[in-house]
Amino acid sequence: MKLSRRDFTKIGSKIVIGAATGPVIIDALVKKAQASESSPDGDYDWNKHYWGYVVDTTKCIGCGRCANACKRENEVPFDEPVYRTWIERYRKLKDGEMKIDSPNAGIDGFTDDIPEEEINKAFYVPKICNHCENAPCVQVCPVGATYTTNDGVILVDFEYCIGCRYCIQACPYGARYFNLEKGTADKCTWCYHRITKGLLPACVQACPVGARKFGDLKDPESIVNKILDKERINVLKPDLGTKPKVYYLGLDREVR
Amino acid sequence: MESLVWGYVYPNEAEIQWSILIVLYPYITGLVAGAFIASSLYHVFGNKEIKPVARFALLTALAFLCVAMLPLLAHLGNPLRGIEIMFTPHLTSAMSGFGYIFSFYFIVVVLEVWLAFRVDIVKTALNSRGWKELLYSALALFSYDISEKALEADEKLGKKLAIIGIPSAAFLHGYVGFIFGGIKANPWWSTPLMPIIFLMSAIVSGIALLILLYLIVIKIKKYPLNYNTLYSLAHYLWIFLIVDVVLELLEIISMKYEALEEIEIIEHLLAEKIAFTFYGIQLTMGALIPFILLLLVGVMKNRDKLKVVMVTISSVFIVIGVFAMRWNVVIGGQEISKSLAGTLTYEPVFFGQEGVLLAIIILILPLIILRVITYILPPWKDMIEENEEAVVSSE
Repeated sequence: MKLSRRDFTKIGSKIVIGAATGPVIIDALVKKAQASESSPDGDYDWNKHYWGYVVDTTKCIGCGRCANACKRENEVPFDEPVYRTWIERYRKLKDGEMKIDSPNAGIDGFTDDIPEEEINKAFYVPKICNHCENAPCVQVCPVGATYTTNDGVILVDFEYCIGCRYCIQACPYGARYFNLEKGTADKCTWCYHRITKGLLPACVQACPVGARKFGDLKDPESIVNKILDKERINVLKPDLGTKPKVYYLGLDREVR
Repeated sequence: MESLVWGYVYPNEAEIQWSILIVLYPYITGLVAGAFIASSLYHVFGNKEIKPVARFALLTALAFLCVAMLPLLAHLGNPLRGIEIMFTPHLTSAMSGFGYIFSFYFIVVVLEVWLAFRVDIVKTALNSRGWKELLYSALALFSYDISEKALEADEKLGKKLAIIGIPSAAFLHGYVGFIFGGIKANPWWSTPLMPIIFLMSAIVSGIALLILLYLIVIKIKKYPLNYNTLYSLAHYLWIFLIVDVVLELLEIISMKYEALEEIEIIEHLLAEKIAFTFYGIQLTMGALIPFILLLLVGVMKNRDKLKVVMVTISSVFIVIGVFAMRWNVVIGGQEISKSLAGTLTYEPVFFGQEGVLLAIIILILPLIILRVITYILPPWKDMIEENEEAVVSSE
C-alpha cells in the first residue's frame, strides 16, 4: 500500500492531536470520577436515600470473605488488628459454657479447636458499624469530625479529626479503631464510595451465601425493606438507645 | 498478646486507647481543683487557720494548671488540630467545652494570684532597680496604687473572683468526671456519680498535696511548723475523704446489688484485673488507713510529733490512692471489653509519646514551675507571720 502525502499528513496530524488531547481528556475523566467518589454530588442525591443493612445470621458460614474484601477495598491495614467488619463465632458447649472468638476477625476462616461432640450448638454473627440513628460516636466528637450524612451513614473527616479517640470509647459495638497512619479515628463507611455509585458495599458483594444485605430504607421495594416488613428482627444492644440501622435475623440472646 | 486477653474482646479492642497520660490528666486537674478549693477555705470562707498556706495553695494550683493540658495534647493523634476544639466545638460532646472551661478557669486563677500578690508586686517594683524593677512593674501592670482604698477594692474583687472560682474549679473537675460518666458504652464508667466522685477525690488529693508541699517547705526553709494550720487542713482532708469514700463505695455497692447484665464482667475486673490497685491501694491505702490516722489526729491531745507523722503518712497515702483511683477508672474501664465477655490488659511502655517517662516528666514539671513562680512571687512570709490579723501591713 502506498500512502499519499495527503494521507500521511492526515494520519500524522490525527496522531499528534490525539497524543496531545488524549491525556487531557483521560485526566479530566479520571478527575471527574475522583470527584464523584469523594463527594456525593454529581448524579447522586443523598436526600433521596437512607441506607439500611440486614444480617441474616442463620445464613453465615464464617468463610471470612466479607472481612477480607473489606480490608482490600478500603485499604484497612492488613497486618494490624483493626477491622471495619468481622465475624464472631459462638459455640455453646455441652457443659453450658459459651465460647466466643473471632481470630483475625475471621478473615482466615475458623479452625475446629473444640471436638464436635463437646459442642451443643454453634453459629456465626457478622458484625459491622451499625450506623446508628442516634450515634454515640457522633455525639461525643468534640470537633464534629465524625458526622451523619443525609443518607444515614456515619463518616469520619480525616482532615479534621484531632485523634482524641473519644468516639472509639463511646462506640458500644467496638466498630471503630485508631488509624495510626492518619492519627485519626477510622471506621466502616458502608463503602460510601461504592454505594453512592449504585454499587453494593464490598462485604455484601463478597458474601457467597447472602447473609449480608444492603438497601435503601426509603425504597419500599428494596431488599432490606422487604425483610423488615416480613421478618422478626432485632438490633445489637437495643437497650442503649442507639437505634442501629444494621438489623439482625436470628440474633441469639448471647450476642452483644 | 494472646495471654493478655481473657474471654472474648472485640477485634478492634486489642489496643488500649487511653494510656497513662489520660490517667494523669484527671489526676492533675484534680490536684488543681483541690489546691484551689483549699486556698478558698481562707479566701472565701475566711478560715484564718488556712491563711499561712492560702496563697501558696493558689500558686500550687496555678503551677499544676500550667501542665494540665500537656498529657491531653501529647495523646492526640493530631496535636496540631487540638485548637479546633476552641474554634469549632461540637456542642453535643462532653469534651467540647474543655477548652473554654479550662481557659476560663486559667484566667480566674491567674487573676486571683495577681490580686493576692499585687501589694507584694508593687512593693518589689518600687524597691528595686534594673531588670527586676521592669519585671515587677510589668507584673503590676504599671499600676502602683496600694492605698487603703485600692486594697479594699482589691479584696472585694478577690473575694468575688474566689466565689466564681469555686464553682469553676468544681465545674472543671466534675466535668472531667462527666467525660467518663457519660459514656453509656462502658458500664464501669457510666454512672451519674462519676462527676461528684471525681470532684471529691480531687479536693482530697489537692489538700493532701498541699499538706505535703507545706511540710516540705517548712523543712527546707526551717520555718516553725504552724500546728493549727496543719491540723485544720487535716480536718478538712478527713471530712472530704469520708464523703469521697462513701460515694465510691456507694457506686460499687449499687452496681453489685443491682447486678445488671454487666455485673459478671465487673466482678471479673475487680477480682482479676484491678484487685490490687482498687481494694489494695485505692480503698485500703488511700482511704481506710488515712481515715483512721486522721481520725486519731483529730481526737488525740498533745503528742504533736506523732500527729505530724500521721498526717504526713495519710497525705502520702491519699496522693497515691487518688492516683490509683484515676488509674482504676481510666485503665480499668478499658480493660473490660464492651462485648462484656472478656478483658484485656494495659501494658504501659516506658519511652515514647504515651510512655511512663513522659508521664513522670509531666508530673515533675509543675513542681519546677512552682519553684519558679514562688521565686517570683514568694508566699513564704505568710507561713512565718505570727499576727493573723495583719494581712498585708506587717512590713
